[in-house]
Amino acid sequence: MIPIIVNGTPRSVDATPDTPLLWVLRDNLGLTGTKFGCGMAQCGACTVHLNGAPVRACMTPVSAAAGQKITTIEGAQGKAVKALQDAWVKLDVPQCGYCQSGQIMSAAALLAGNPQPTDADIDTALDGNLCRCATYQRIRAAVHQAARTMRG
Amino acid sequence: MDKIINPSRRAFLKTGTTLGVGLTLAFYLPVGGAARMKAGQGTDKPFAPNAFIRIAPDDTVTVIVKHLEMGQGVNTGLPTLVAEELDVPWEKIRVETAPADAKLYNNLLWGPMQGTGGSTAMANSFEQLRRAGATARAMLIAAAADNWKVDANTLVTLDGMVLHRPSGRKASYGQLAEKAATMPQPAEVALKSPQDFKYIGKQFKRTDSKAKSNGSAQFASDVRLPGQLTALLARPSVFGARLRRVQTERAKAVPGVRAVVEVPQGVAVIATDFWSAKKGRDALQIEWDESGGARVSTTEQRDQYLALLNQPGKVARSEGDAAQALAQAAKKLEATFEFPYLAHAPMEPLSCVVQLKDSGCEIWAGSQSQTSDQATAAQILGIKPEQVKIHTLLAGGSFGRRANPASDYIAEAVSVAKATRDLSAPIHLMWTREDDIRGGYYRPMFVHAISAGLDAQGNPVAWNQRLVGQSIAAGTAFEGGLVKDGIDMTSVEGASNLAYAIPNLHVELHSPKLGVPVLWWRSVGHTHTAFSTEIFIDELAAAAGKDPYAFRRTLIQHPRLNGVLELAATKAGWGTPLAPKSGVRRGRGIAVHESFNSFVAEVAEVSVKPDGSFSVDRVICAVDCGIAVNPDQVRAQMEGGIGFGLSAALHSAITLKAGRVEQSNFHDYPLLRISEMPRVEVHIVPSQAAPTGVGEPGVPPLAPAVANALFAATGKRLRKLPFETSELRSA
Ligand code: FES
Ligand code: FES
Repeated sequence: MIPIIVNGTPRSVDATPDTPLLWVLRDNLGLTGTKFGCGMAQCGACTVHLNGAPVRACMTPVSAAAGQKITTIEGAQGKAVKALQDAWVKLDVPQCGYCQSGQIMSAAALLAGNPQPTDADIDTALDGNLCRCATYQRIRAAVHQAARTMRG
Repeated sequence: MDKIINPSRRAFLKTGTTLGVGLTLAFYLPVGGAARMKAGQGTDKPFAPNAFIRIAPDDTVTVIVKHLEMGQGVNTGLPTLVAEELDVPWEKIRVETAPADAKLYNNLLWGPMQGTGGSTAMANSFEQLRRAGATARAMLIAAAADNWKVDANTLVTLDGMVLHRPSGRKASYGQLAEKAATMPQPAEVALKSPQDFKYIGKQFKRTDSKAKSNGSAQFASDVRLPGQLTALLARPSVFGARLRRVQTERAKAVPGVRAVVEVPQGVAVIATDFWSAKKGRDALQIEWDESGGARVSTTEQRDQYLALLNQPGKVARSEGDAAQALAQAAKKLEATFEFPYLAHAPMEPLSCVVQLKDSGCEIWAGSQSQTSDQATAAQILGIKPEQVKIHTLLAGGSFGRRANPASDYIAEAVSVAKATRDLSAPIHLMWTREDDIRGGYYRPMFVHAISAGLDAQGNPVAWNQRLVGQSIAAGTAFEGGLVKDGIDMTSVEGASNLAYAIPNLHVELHSPKLGVPVLWWRSVGHTHTAFSTEIFIDELAAAAGKDPYAFRRTLIQHPRLNGVLELAATKAGWGTPLAPKSGVRRGRGIAVHESFNSFVAEVAEVSVKPDGSFSVDRVICAVDCGIAVNPDQVRAQMEGGIGFGLSAALHSAITLKAGRVEQSNFHDYPLLRISEMPRVEVHIVPSQAAPTGVGEPGVPPLAPAVANALFAATGKRLRKLPFETSELRSA
């Protein structure tokens, strides 16, 4: 049994230590908001926060997260996440929607450290998050909008 | 409104059992006595006037959507049609996905088959759903007229209420629902004319944005049934290879692995969870018999295709005498174009859950072709199609991949469930990204050759095009409809109906047969025909010493095609110089193409560095898709189509060596990233014509517009996809 803290709740999961955190979240804990897209840190669909920093859950063995704080899209809270989700809805960013949990988790990490990102900042922070539907233009606009909301 | 009701078996069965099957008849069928609900049956009964609408006593209106929501917005656009004619406020609309049913929910443009594809969802639903809404509205009015003993003509509707203005009486649709169900269905209803539209043409918000922004949207990958097991399938090393022998002991020893079974498609490992199944599959030791397999190598295949360009093919179109006109032309040009195999690579890898029951089977998937999947599953299980219940969930992208006439991933999942019946567990078959990239069903590899001639004034007088590439429709249920005299329409669409007025036109096709499975890929044949024709017309313009925009304009006869061409050129400032940027060569290119009855022109602006690498800075798009039911979603589809087209232009190619696919994941099959996404501006031509597709038509003009812009910037013609930027190095 491996102890992890998921969305503020201590959990103990029965998984081999090499199991990627992604599958622990999705299969052991039923938190399916975090998505599988590639399994090799190429697409960002599985982005979660580990102690507040974005990581690719598909390449993070659960043993590396033992005892640490994990935040998934289901538990993501706070001003930045709320502002991002509102902007995502306002601008109708999602198409198929499959990549968007990861996009929002990466964008939240960006806004946490940079309240006024430029297009280039956004491109750098989100370049690891693929969107096959190519909603990129709206993602950029929505991150700017969320940043404006947060600055008030 | 953010509530998406996922295809709920319970909801549908409830309707079916409490109201009787008659009420699920489509509106255009006569509704018999069984369909009429007796008054006084209780107050919680919804009013289901037809197969698309259910009105509940709480005033909510559930619209049953027969098409797959895969990102293109059907769960928003189709309910808008009902809201319009039913006259109901958007907040009251709920969305539910239809069960598989070829009679009630068929694609009207496809025949007796339910399916989403070819950018037809709006085109085939526009009248159907408006009529459904108008019929329901008429029955609600009739119910009020009967209650109040007034003439129905004195009643009006407003935002989900029926009003009798002279007396001030009013009732909500929910209050009238039960009674309305007892009213006869009108034989004829009048539909609104476009100038009276209240909702169509407005920017309703997507019904699914919230669920898709907080992780709650449910895809097939997310289905979690009690006791469900996960299956991964080891597929043949090359397409068409067969299993010779497999050693399963090591796989079975992996903790969590519950079974290893042989199925016709390969060897499946079934485990309690994905990771155990993956480790189990990795531990299989398999020998494949490749003797009957497709040991294709792309380099040899390319040589064979190029050789075929020199041999006559089947004639797809012939007007005038192109050979003679070419021989007599003042100036002749010719060029060859090349296109690789492409994987769809939807963000959500393929996934399907199957549960076998005594009564048949239930399937959870995000499929584009429910009724053929249903037939495939039934055949494998030896049961009737009606015994296969399909729950259509959201698809995490598809682009044609989930519209496979062979229903490949559904068939795999059903086969695994059948082989593991003794486990009595729902089986969740998952694909990894490697499975997806290597799994076949690609956009076929193609080569084209075009030769054309100009007269002394620079007018094109002859156009000869030959195409080589596998047929998608051959050997499928679509063959009868799509293959005529040996010509697969989807191989030549966009070339055989060239938009330019050239008196002598000749188009030929070779359709070599290979064991690499191919499939429709967002915009199908137009993915390659728009590229070759729109580049070559640019080459002719350059040879004639004419402006590429003006040259096209005089040769295009279709007013709507010229309409988008003009609009895109004007908005892009065609003819004005691009602002110079230091250290780069800049250029602007244009392309225009009709596909799926929609017209799209795109102008691309590029900046090319000395090393040949380049960025697409801006794309100006003009689209004429008839009435834009939801202009913001039309824009979204153009933005997405442009990004999708750019991905293929910059990066994507599937190649094979001795039958093995050389790519496996996004590191060697890269997709467009946010830093490569141009600024996109979309302009919609105002129109009163019936709506046509938008999911695909944004794709075809993009790659040729970029190629033409690169030519404008560098003087180099790139005729091969994906682009080889080394050719753009400055001397
Ligand atoms: S699934 Fe983790 S980065 Fe793609
Ligand atoms: S919205 Fe479909 S992959 Fe991003």
